[in-house]
Amino acid sequence: MTSPDPDVDRHVQPVHLVGHAGEPAAPGHRHHAGHTGGPPPSVWLVDVSVGYEDKVVLEDVDLELAAGSLTAVVGPNGGGKSTLLKLIAGLLEPWGGTISVLGGRPGEHARATAYVPQAEAVDWSFPVAAADVVMMGRYPRLGPLRRPGSRDHAAVAHALELVGMTAHARRQIGALSGGQRRRVFLARALASQPDLYLLDEPVTGVDNATQEDLMTVLDAEARSGKTVIASTHDLASAAQHFRSIVAVNGTVVAQGDASLVLDADVLMRTYGGHLLFVGERAVVLDDAHHHDEAPDGEVHHHEGTPGRGTRRP
Amino acid sequence: MTFLTEPLAYEFFVRALAASILVGLVCAVIGTYMVLRGLAFMGDALSHAAFPGVVAAYLLQLPFYLGATIAAVGTALAIGWITRRGRLRGDTTIGVLFAGMFAFGIFLFSTIPNYVGDLFGFLFGEVLGISGADLAALAVLSVIVLGIVTVLWKELLYSTFDPLAAAASGLPVAALEYLFLGLIALTIVISLQAVGIILVVAMLVTPAATAQLLADRFSRLMAIAVVIGTLAPICGLYLSFWTNTASGALIVLVETSAFLLALALGPRTGLLRARRRTGLA
Repeated sequence: MTSPDPDVDRHVQPVHLVGHAGEPAAPGHRHHAGHTGGPPPSVWLVDVSVGYEDKVVLEDVDLELAAGSLTAVVGPNGGGKSTLLKLIAGLLEPWGGTISVLGGRPGEHARATAYVPQAEAVDWSFPVAAADVVMMGRYPRLGPLRRPGSRDHAAVAHALELVGMTAHARRQIGALSGGQRRRVFLARALASQPDLYLLDEPVTGVDNATQEDLMTVLDAEARSGKTVIASTHDLASAAQHFRSIVAVNGTVVAQGDASLVLDADVLMRTYGGHLLFVGERAVVLDDAHHHDEAPDGEVHHHEGTPGRGTRRP
Repeated sequence: MTFLTEPLAYEFFVRALAASILVGLVCAVIGTYMVLRGLAFMGDALSHAAFPGVVAAYLLQLPFYLGATIAAVGTALAIGWITRRGRLRGDTTIGVLFAGMFAFGIFLFSTIPNYVGDLFGFLFGEVLGISGADLAALAVLSVIVLGIVTVLWKELLYSTFDPLAAAASGLPVAALEYLFLGLIALTIVISLQAVGIILVVAMLVTPAATAQLLADRFSRLMAIAVVIGTLAPICGLYLSFWTNTASGALIVLVETSAFLLALALGPRTGLLRARRRTGLA
């Protein structure tokens, strides 16, 4: 039951390429500048750079996402999608710039943040059942010593129900299909009742039914005022299911509404050499992982290489 | 029944039994997390790294617990720090420090002119010779380790399973990692007298590894590991008493037998299961 996008949403935020001159507001006014009357942004980055060891992955990142937004982060492999999510989650220290997440430093409101890693980052042979994984979402708010109580069990049951996994609650996670695993991890995020969802490829490689179900849940969360940010390889899915788009390749190339992914200029600047123009149409030649599971022993390093140098022609 | 009750008439046997059951229990609990974290090699490394501490404590006439704890905890923290800071893989750092520390221990050992039986006991284990004072110290350290795990089992589990999500939701994952390395080091110190430096890794890893073959839920896995970890020392000690052979080795051999039995009969790996499958096909 995906609710139709109100057309107003599509025109509120115009498509704009993020320039490097004077935009957005100066860091000194980062909280309320430009938001007279509106709520402060849930996630706000000004001139942020970050990387691993001595390799820069993201530079000059300016980004602003409001509470209640449902945002897809798109871009090529190694372009910095996962890095951007980790940065907002407080898992990476920024090298420079200013970040505000839920009105504090990244990680300051950690219990209000739910991060879901890529499927490749999880050890699926780990001896936990679906319900155990979802219960982990309750651990941070329980704190040491306290055991999960009836409220926690109720929250877990409710989250499993929302993602349609009640029947599989007691199955070991490795025995689940790729789509079911993604459902369980979203349920863990739901069970922690966060204000901010950071999801790394939540619907990559899953079947259509799972994609529809999970996006329905996320859409509802966003409409209730939560901030939802998910990376995705799938531009069609991004355009169809999300209300705003952030295109990333070494920096934030563009930010706007869902029609952004249809803008040839944006695609060119985001995917650069990975784009093939066939007549009027642009085809993204991205080595996306459209499969449920990596073969045994295969390790994916999405962020191993810094963004390809196409952003400053 | 006398063959079961007869050894209990000896005070040294009862002390050894109490000590090795405690050691088996602590090792099984810590070993469960260790195996899930992929830190089996770390257990081997830290036990060897404790050796120079034991020898130094002997030379300085200090309690061996003190020397072993300082050496093992110090090495654990150094491994954690170098791996996080440097660009080396964890197993590389472990390999370098573990061999280096053990070499230092052998060097110190070789400076002692006369034969020192006590120190050989630390290499191969000598639980039948454990004193009342050592047993008391062992019990205190065991309570500390088990107490910390009782308080933090959820946090340790979450940060083991999904360290990124755990950190993002506010758990101090790096601190928990250092704490856990410290717990491994303490567990090894506790175990040195019972099984010795060389065999400690088996006490840590084998019960949990056996349980992994039999269970796919964390709570059951730990329960099975604890049962194996506490029963094996009892069987091993009796076998050692009756045959007058090395106790530490027998404890480990009993655990290894349990592992092989689980391998042969377990639901996933078992030969019986494999046969049933081919029969059905």
